[in-house]
Amino acid sequence: MDANDSPPARLGRFVEPFASVAEVAASDGEPHWMLGIRKAGLARFAEQGLPTLRHEDWRFTNLAPIEALPFRPLPRPQARAVSVADLDRLSLAGMSGLRLVFVDGHFAPELSRIEAVEDKVQVRGLSQTLRADGAWLEQQLACWHEGQDRAFRALNDAYCTDGIVLHVSAGVAVAEPIHALFLSSGIEPGLASHPRNVLVAEANSRVMVIEQYASLGGAATFTNTLTQLVVGEGAQVEHVRFQDEGPEAFHMGALRAVVAGSAQLAAHSFALGARLSRQNIGLTLAGPGLEAILNGLYVTTEKRLADHHMVVDHAQPHCASHEYFNGILSGQSRGVFHGRILVRPDAQKTDAKQTNKNLLLSNSASVNTKPQLEIYADDVKCSHGATIGQLNPESVFYLRTRGLPVETARRMLIHAFAGEIIDRVQCGPVRQALDRLVWDRLERDAQVRLDAAAPHS
Amino acid sequence: MGRAGQAAAITMEDRLKMEPILDIRNLEAGVDNRAILKGINLTILPGEVHAIMGPNGSGKSTLASLLAGREGYQVTQGSVTYLGQDLLALSPEERARAGVFLAFQYPVEIPGVNSTYFLKAALNEVRKHRGLPEVDAIEFLSLVKDRIRLLELNEDLLKRAVNVGFSGGEKKRNEIFQMAVLEPTLAVLDETDSGLDIDALRVVANGVNQLRRPDRSALVITHYQRLLNHIVPDRVHVLMDGRIVRSGGKELALELEDRGYDWIVPTEPVAA
Repeated sequence: MDANDSPPARLGRFVEPFASVAEVAASDGEPHWMLGIRKAGLARFAEQGLPTLRHEDWRFTNLAPIEALPFRPLPRPQARAVSVADLDRLSLAGMSGLRLVFVDGHFAPELSRIEAVEDKVQVRGLSQTLRADGAWLEQQLACWHEGQDRAFRALNDAYCTDGIVLHVSAGVAVAEPIHALFLSSGIEPGLASHPRNVLVAEANSRVMVIEQYASLGGAATFTNTLTQLVVGEGAQVEHVRFQDEGPEAFHMGALRAVVAGSAQLAAHSFALGARLSRQNIGLTLAGPGLEAILNGLYVTTEKRLADHHMVVDHAQPHCASHEYFNGILSGQSRGVFHGRILVRPDAQKTDAKQTNKNLLLSNSASVNTKPQLEIYADDVKCSHGATIGQLNPESVFYLRTRGLPVETARRMLIHAFAGEIIDRVQCGPVRQALDRLVWDRLERDAQVRLDAAAPHS
Repeated sequence: MGRAGQAAAITMEDRLKMEPILDIRNLEAGVDNRAILKGINLTILPGEVHAIMGPNGSGKSTLASLLAGREGYQVTQGSVTYLGQDLLALSPEERARAGVFLAFQYPVEIPGVNSTYFLKAALNEVRKHRGLPEVDAIEFLSLVKDRIRLLELNEDLLKRAVNVGFSGGEKKRNEIFQMAVLEPTLAVLDETDSGLDIDALRVVANGVNQLRRPDRSALVITHYQRLLNHIVPDRVHVLMDGRIVRSGGKELALELEDRGYDWIVPTEPVAA
């Protein structure tokens, strides 16, 4: 598309560090085929570069600030260690169960808790898996086609250093949520991490995975994460991506899932942080009779932007997919939602529903929303809708007439709006933790709004 | 200030000694430069129940909204004094904490806000204002269970979001239930009877009657007389075109039921 631009000049900074990253990876014992993936990724990226506003899928999300940023992937973990005390300050710190911590894209075993892995469950870092179980991983990495995130996928192929690799054998139910925490040290602008996560839940297994992205320092870092998820026949998987990076961070995230028949997938995306974030979610409903829920909440303030872009591909009959995305926007922030449901000719009896609701808390916040249905089967039940509105003044008044202060009334209503999404998280402890967190965040944001503007009544 | 009728048990002398709960003087108000209330005078003494009746568009709901503090109305003239203070200077929440309660004509559904949580927060705001400690969970539960029985509502509603999924009748009863928990000094019931069948009407009226005290008052706004068979008012006022055109005892309501509003010809504003 951008044939006139000269990729090397514009994209040089994304290509330059490759030699050292690849060299270090190889010298650390990475299998040779991985270098092939890396090189191919780099070549694809150099060919296309970052998408621009001229790409239909990126019309509202300007990536120029990422291009302007230095690009510093770290071939090796930094010496400056993150302490357990640092982790305790983060939300979701109190969760029990397995925890894998990654710092700037590298697995940090000293901060992780992976001793108590159940039988028939493999949980490891990608880097370790490459060395220990390369053949299996090669298969997993090879079987993914590209989506609208192809530039970032290519970049991730080239630069991924680590990530969570989970393999749950058939019929196994993992009792506690598995928590993967991706930290940006945030000490230097342009620090780039490319987590690559491979999650495989075989037939009739059950597991919940939380991916949390957070920053310790305030620098403008860049996270480009890609999760591949395979949900086997009859399996039940709950996946949470909780993006809460620092206010200057750039976050590109992708979740590509293939779901087999009779399975249940609930995938939640919470976007609370980052200066600019984008979640690309691609869901292939590959077997009959399955249920998929895509559920998301974005909360933006000041000049931030949160973008959700998803494609749900109904390839088989009797599947249900429900998408619920709520946005809460204040300041001059922006939200972008693009949901596309594709119902292929064979996907009869599809039940697909898509809802995007946005709450604008200021006059200068804005949302671009585009729910889209593309239906090639004739016996289906599909609906979609989007709303953009403000707090209902009548609801605020009602609460005030019962004695509640106006700010409390507003927060209660905002929280309730967020609660529609949070309540769909099935795992109780995680739901409660997220609820508390979102409430705290709204309190803080409300304070920001109060400080910034004249009190409103 | 003269009165068109005579309240039963209280002598004129007693009246003069009492501080009114609500004293509305020559109130003129409107929306977008359109006058709706055109000089209302109304004095409600402690323990009294007043009824305001009138045809559609006469200004009944505007009056209720103004008393509760709804935004969007301009007061162009007159005053509203509640227990000696300027009611119009208070925010809606300050009025509520001071003991003014509006039972909405159309109670608002608030998805995601749990009824118990909401009501407990409201009660604690009111208690804080009265210098009382917050209720603990057990006290609160026993209070709400007691009051919910009074309104013959299902306890289940306490677990639900405020007014969400409630039938029309349940919503109205829920308003009176909230009122029974908050125990206001001045209850304003805005067409609480509309949309209620006769059984629900009786339940609602019973709830209101149970809350009557010598130091509390109510202003019952209604289109129909039938509610007043159950909540017997001390005074009945007829509101037409923004003015109280006639005031009387409870028998005035019966007369209106019988003859409609047409026989009352609005002439000079009458002091209520």
